[in-house]
Amino acid sequence: MYEILHDYLALFVVGSWPNGPLGGAAITLILSALGLLISFPISVLIGLAQVSPWRWMRRIAGIWTRLVRGVPLLMIIFWAYFAVPLLVGAEVSAFTTAVCAIIVYESAFLLQIVRAGLEGLPRGQMEAARSNGLSWLQSMRYVQLPQALANMLPSIVNQFVSIIKATSLAYVIGVPELTYSAAQVNTITLTKPLQTFLVLAAFYFVLCFAISRFAGWLERRIARQRAGMA
Amino acid sequence: MFDLSFLLEDGYLKLFRDGVLTTLRLFAVSGLLAIVVGVLLTTLRALPVKLFKGFVIVVVEYHRNVPVLVQILVWYFGVPQLLPEGARDWINAGNTEFFFATVALALNAGAFISEDLRSGLRAIPHTQQEAAWSIGLTYLQSLRYVILPQGIRVALPALLNQSLLLFKNSSLAMAIGVHELLYRTRQIDNLTFRTFDVFLVATILYLIGTLSLMALSEHFAKRRTAPSGV
Repeated sequence: MYEILHDYLALFVVGSWPNGPLGGAAITLILSALGLLISFPISVLIGLAQVSPWRWMRRIAGIWTRLVRGVPLLMIIFWAYFAVPLLVGAEVSAFTTAVCAIIVYESAFLLQIVRAGLEGLPRGQMEAARSNGLSWLQSMRYVQLPQALANMLPSIVNQFVSIIKATSLAYVIGVPELTYSAAQVNTITLTKPLQTFLVLAAFYFVLCFAISRFAGWLERRIARQRAGMA
Repeated sequence: MFDLSFLLEDGYLKLFRDGVLTTLRLFAVSGLLAIVVGVLLTTLRALPVKLFKGFVIVVVEYHRNVPVLVQILVWYFGVPQLLPEGARDWINAGNTEFFFATVALALNAGAFISEDLRSGLRAIPHTQQEAAWSIGLTYLQSLRYVILPQGIRVALPALLNQSLLLFKNSSLAMAIGVHELLYRTRQIDNLTFRTFDVFLVATILYLIGTLSLMALSEHFAKRRTAPSGV
């Protein structure tokens, strides 16, 4: 394992020919960060639709979520990579495709967090806001969402772990992220597949374990703060 | 808009059927194995031995923090390297891809199932355990006849959710060349160039499986009865 790390660290982390200046780990992180940053606002919108007082909106949002959650991410990646470009009539890079597919898939899961955050608030809040003359959207914007966001934060950080893991599938369409770089190392060395893929697993483990620990710490801290406030 | 008549030519329907059957077989075999792994890990962790507890925690954290695809790659490319010549030949003579995909998926789902079972068991009041001991059952007997049956009932919706994940994750087996539904889908797409139609059929096939699992889990979540005495 040491030799693999020593000889191919460049491919895993720093990047080298033929993948460009960024290594697998960097691309994995960029892919994950873009996925989280873009899918969060989208999931807030769909989440709002799901708790909105308008029935047709709730229904459409519900059907959309079920469909997305019901299909394997790999299938969504293939739709985005092979089918959608035919429709749009334009060539889209594998990286962009992967980001889009991850956004579509993960927003359907982030949305669950948003919804739980909103539904966890005391009912009186909404009624108070409405009786103060705010519209439904205004009460959401000024009263509900800011409070829910604090509750959601640890779960969102946790979801980041699942987004990082999801990016590994981008390997299948040739995005040079961590998994892809390991596969490249494997084709170069050939005799040490176990070491190569264990190094890969270790990379993901360190990354995801640290983040989920951070989420746990955040959760305890928020709980303590709340207890102090009460 | 969609023209599915191509399905009737050249045995494409047969390829689809073959893919569905392989996906179902992968799901069933790894699912059953996962339950065994999950119960085993839960029991090991519940035993009052520190070493076992540590072992289970390491196993669960590995499967939680490393992408499933990477776990599959470790098994498929890495593990044969460890096996003695004879065992490797024996495995290679059979369906290697299917074998390692099953093992990887079963261990992954098993780790998650053990976590669900554990939180299910925690919902059972400790007095139950004491009552079981006081009527003369041993530790394992009390687990088997008193605690586990109740815990499983509490954990059922979560377990069904795991089965949904497992069903979707089975699509990752295509990365190592298992001829499951997604693999066959890409194959038919390559043969016919009818990307939209082919992907649509496959998506619907996946949705039939996942939506019924979702409906089942929602059904049990709704009518989940609290364990007696709570």
